[in-house]
Amino acid sequence: MKISPFTVLLTLLALAFTLALGLAQDAAGWSQRGKSGNVLGMMFGDGRKLLANQFFTMADVYFHSGYYPSIFDNKAGQEDEPKAIVAATRGHEGHDHETGDKKCEKCEECGSFLGQPKDWIDAFGRNFKIAQHTHLEHGKEREMLPWLRLAADLDPQKIDTYTVGAFYLRNHLKHVNQAEAFLREGLRNNPDSCEILFELGRLYRESSHDLDRARNVWELGVRKFLARSPAEQKENRLVFEELVVNLGHLEDEAGNYGQAINWFHAAQKVSPNPAVLQKQIDEIQKKLAALLPVGPAKLY
Amino acid sequence: MNKIFALTGVVIKELYRRKDFYVLFVLTAVLTLAAGAVNFFHDEKIVRYVKDICLLLIWISSLVIAIVTTARQIPAEREARTIFPLLAKPVSRGQVIAGKFLGCWLATGMALVVFYFFFAVITGSKEQSWPVLTYFQAAWMQWLLLGIVIALVLLGSIYFAAPSSTSTISFVVVISILLVGSHLHVIALQQPEPMQTVLTFVYYIMPHLEWFYLSDFVVYDFGHVPLLKIIAATLYAAVWTGILLLLAWLGFRRKNLTT
Repeated sequence: MKISPFTVLLTLLALAFTLALGLAQDAAGWSQRGKSGNVLGMMFGDGRKLLANQFFTMADVYFHSGYYPSIFDNKAGQEDEPKAIVAATRGHEGHDHETGDKKCEKCEECGSFLGQPKDWIDAFGRNFKIAQHTHLEHGKEREMLPWLRLAADLDPQKIDTYTVGAFYLRNHLKHVNQAEAFLREGLRNNPDSCEILFELGRLYRESSHDLDRARNVWELGVRKFLARSPAEQKENRLVFEELVVNLGHLEDEAGNYGQAINWFHAAQKVSPNPAVLQKQIDEIQKKLAALLPVGPAKLY
Repeated sequence: MNKIFALTGVVIKELYRRKDFYVLFVLTAVLTLAAGAVNFFHDEKIVRYVKDICLLLIWISSLVIAIVTTARQIPAEREARTIFPLLAKPVSRGQVIAGKFLGCWLATGMALVVFYFFFAVITGSKEQSWPVLTYFQAAWMQWLLLGIVIALVLLGSIYFAAPSSTSTISFVVVISILLVGSHLHVIALQQPEPMQTVLTFVYYIMPHLEWFYLSDFVVYDFGHVPLLKIIAATLYAAVWTGILLLLAWLGFRRKNLTT
């Protein structure tokens, strides 16, 4: 039997069309990739989160101007989380690093992963790679931003990307509007994030000097935190402490001493160092005593 | 010496007649310009990621040009049977090896000059600074590395059956050395015997190509390497290039070209 190739082609095309019609609805549920909101999500699927972590690490590599441990380097100096850029956003900069050609002499603190040269090859090779621990400063922090932008696009649920990016945009580059927009974007992607709300509150308080908005945002952060499960609350006590301590300072600054004392009392419950907070409470109570004819102890 | 230069000229002409360099240069230029056109947080001064991407592309392109061009030199002459009239000139086998090496090395050097000129123009226009010495050191060290790589590929092309296998093996060796070369001793110490001794031995006898990677100094504006260290690295590269060319000549001298 002789069949024309055109007949075969038409039959195959008809078959493909029929199968496509039949399978179209089922196939839509096979993968979530096509439903992703952005192109990167569609291209990489869930694998984009791995890339996002890599880009976030790249931001830290840039922050250290390439002085960064590889997977082969000393574990003691290796950081599972890129801590330096995250710690800086929380006001724990560790120690001051010299920049330029001067070596930092306190690098044991942050883990000098290179150590002493292991042999002459290693010693000579160090002339050709960056072997000094420095941090970006004087506006050069901007060089980290592309990697943070990419990390946010690839993994919109990675909270640190927004808080770190916004911190440097606001504090070091003075791009307050960009920082707010970035945090707002993070909040849209993570509506329950206390960390982003905390950073947004800092932006309103420290950069915009808008105490009311800062208060509102931080109080929302506290409510979001209290709505979390006990296990999650235990894990993220630090952000709660930061929220309530900052609320305490804000109320103190606004002259709402009673409310300030309440927030510091709340902070004492989660703080590793409640004695320091007690000193602040005592100082506020003195201010309150100066204002009122009766002792503050009777009020609370 | 004239015979070597004549061979060198032929190899250089071959490079600019082929499309490899043009394709790679256009690809590098397009990707760099596209990356540079992206706006991050409305900050026009961000430049290091563009430098990083451009240098990575330059490294990939120059390695591809060096390895692919060199790998086909002697096999192509044998396949086309032009090796026989060439050796009948008379040109010694040693001169063939030297001419092919010099041609490939100078050709990649010219390609590097074009690449780095483009790099300097793009980054200079963005950050308004021209650290010429750092750029020169980076390009010089990369060219030295390419010299070692070209000698290695020439050696491989004497022993391996086809240019494809020579190219593949050369890429694997070069990239492995660049990635783990400086860490091999540490890796060795974590291995049981006899692997520990084997890896330690490899660490001491392999060419340390990773020394010639100065891109980080360019990307992070970290100044330049002391001149004496550059001179020492140049001598090291010259010694390794010499060793590999000598081995290539020893292999080629006894090579039966009819099979």
